[in-house]
Amino acid sequence: MTHIDKMHDGSALLRVKEAVENKFKDGILDAVYVNRELTLTVRKRDLLKVLKYLRDDRRFMFKCLMDICGVDWLGKRDERFDVVYHMLSVHKNMRVRVKVSAGEDEAVPSACELFDAANWFEREAYDMFGIPFENHPDLRRILLDYGFDGFPLRKDFPLVGKVEVYYDEDEKRVAYKKVDMPQEFRRFDEQSPWEAMTGNANLADDPNTFSEEEFKS
Amino acid sequence: MEEGGARMGVITKVQPDAVSAGENALEQGMRDKGYVLTSVDDVVNWARSGSIWPMTFGLACCAVEMMHSAASRYDMERFGTLFRPSPRQSDLLIVAGTLTNKMAPALRKVYDQMPEPRYVISMGSCANGGGYYHHSYAVVRGCDRVIPVDVYVPGCPPTAEALIYGVLQLQKKIKRTPVFKRTSLEKPQYAYKEGEKAPYTDRERHVGDV
Repeated sequence: MTHIDKMHDGSALLRVKEAVENKFKDGILDAVYVNRELTLTVRKRDLLKVLKYLRDDRRFMFKCLMDICGVDWLGKRDERFDVVYHMLSVHKNMRVRVKVSAGEDEAVPSACELFDAANWFEREAYDMFGIPFENHPDLRRILLDYGFDGFPLRKDFPLVGKVEVYYDEDEKRVAYKKVDMPQEFRRFDEQSPWEAMTGNANLADDPNTFSEEEFKS
Repeated sequence: MEEGGARMGVITKVQPDAVSAGENALEQGMRDKGYVLTSVDDVVNWARSGSIWPMTFGLACCAVEMMHSAASRYDMERFGTLFRPSPRQSDLLIVAGTLTNKMAPALRKVYDQMPEPRYVISMGSCANGGGYYHHSYAVVRGCDRVIPVDVYVPGCPPTAEALIYGVLQLQKKIKRTPVFKRTSLEKPQYAYKEGEKAPYTDRERHVGDV
């Protein structure tokens, strides 16, 4: 018996692609179908219309919003952020990915009106990337510490952060101080450990392996 | 008295003719019921180490191992270790898992609410020193930056046996701790740099280095 996912030949997604492109025309900046996955890149002002269309059309019924996440393209693109929506149609056994790009401090329309699930997802994207969502009912941090400074998943955020906590004996409370990391970062060899698989690396010459004398002793 | 019996060595009633006329009630009681000699240290530490009640405080996957140690297979209650849902009724705080910056004030509050003497076991790499998340922007690099720790249990996560071993080590530590504090023998046992101001008070140093 074939697994249900293998049975799905992708033609249904191609029909989604066609339908969305016909309906929104210029609103769809890009539509790619690769590896049985459909990715639609849409214009920001058409975002909600596209999401609503995908949700409500009887042929698709993408009723579940599975995730909203952000991407930081710092230094690689003019419009710094991407916001990615993952949708699932339980009825038709399909998934679709919708992307929209936004510059820094540029608001993205909130999908809360369409999907209740969007509320916390957008708060998370705001928490991690600082992407503001327009018309969000309660846009505040969701995971990080109260009063956290910065947005940690941005590429220009320092890995170890800016502050760390300690217990202040005088004030009898947990307080913050500037981060202090006396230990150096470990430097890993950038060479792939799987190099041997391609037949290029010679393991015997690798300084990380034991020499013959060491091995005998 | 039966040879090797439970009451062997306990002094019981003596011959009636040895009783003097002027004995008081205390002596009478001793003669009737017998007595055992010991030290206050031994009795108090026996009681303390024999009923360490930990606070139910799980932070991450380590908490699952902590549950195993309390469940029927290992059954920590054999050592008098029974989880309590309130800091007011606990003697031990097991920091089981990753301590995040956001959680740190809550952890400290729970610790502050516990009555003394109180003990802390840091369970797993994350609680010991940040572990896998050592370089994270959101994780405390060791819970000893927030509360003083008695026993560190290594592992990621430590097995249920390892945690029980840690509890037994704590029992040993309690047993050799004098009940009456001898401050001259004490040394601070916290994680901070030499020359830095000690971040904890004398009052909190419940562990004597004897």
